[in-house]
Amino acid sequence: MANKTEIIAEPGKQELFIKREFDAPRHLVFKAHVDPEIYVKWVGPREMKMTIEKWEPRDGGSYKFTHERDGHVYAFLGVYHELLAPERIIGTFEFDGLPERGHVILGTTKFEELPNGRCRLVHQSVFQSVEDRDGMMASGMERGVNDGYEKLDDLLAQSTSASA
Amino acid sequence: MAAAATDNLSRVFGALADPTRREILSRLARGEAGVQEIAKPFRMTLPAISKHLKVLEKAKLIRRGKDKQWRPCALEAAPLKHASDWIGDYRQFWEESFERLDEYLKEIQEKTKGEKEHGK
Repeated sequence: MANKTEIIAEPGKQELFIKREFDAPRHLVFKAHVDPEIYVKWVGPREMKMTIEKWEPRDGGSYKFTHERDGHVYAFLGVYHELLAPERIIGTFEFDGLPERGHVILGTTKFEELPNGRCRLVHQSVFQSVEDRDGMMASGMERGVNDGYEKLDDLLAQSTSASA
Repeated sequence: MAAAATDNLSRVFGALADPTRREILSRLARGEAGVQEIAKPFRMTLPAISKHLKVLEKAKLIRRGKDKQWRPCALEAAPLKHASDWIGDYRQFWEESFERLDEYLKEIQEKTKGEKEHGK
């Protein structure tokens, strides 16, 4: 059975969570986050070309990478606050394509050991404002929205009952 | 993404963040309605409801009739679709990334296992 990606964003909060399990021990999943040669292999959709411009995986080090799709280049940058192998990564993250700089996200990724050589990734992103977060994804609307337009009624009913 | 598009999205998300406004949209998904009718299920004054309608109108989530006396509100679905596409994109981004990571992890584990079995 495929592992499912869970995205949790409660209405009115400045944070969101991403949860995902992997059929691999946590040291491998941790390594896939800090080794640039492995990182470029998996972050982002296949049609995006990822280029690492700077990569200093140590406390206080910084990173910068770009994603390219259909001729558009999106740059992301940040600083590693703490790298604690194989348990957690704390750092900042900023999309360098907004009208103004300064909308920085504080990210914490934890790698939890599970039985049978598996692990669980729990990522928390803390934004500077609810608007910043909701600009990245809608609040309280994260479930059921993938199915799009046809299920608009369902979507509205769901978000209404979720807020009741 | 263009700045203007991002700005519009912020307005849509801002409008959707409020439960009363989501309920209003839910009502309008069943058909157009006037302010009085929209206000009925809420314990709110008409000006308060009008304020919510203005936010929805500004986010282009609803459109209102021109008639001064009777200005029915109707749902504008396009910005909602755009918003759900964008959220879908965010989820899709990670889902696709993690699937690629799964492939890599599988590959590297099989390789390690193979090396062990060959006594390396």
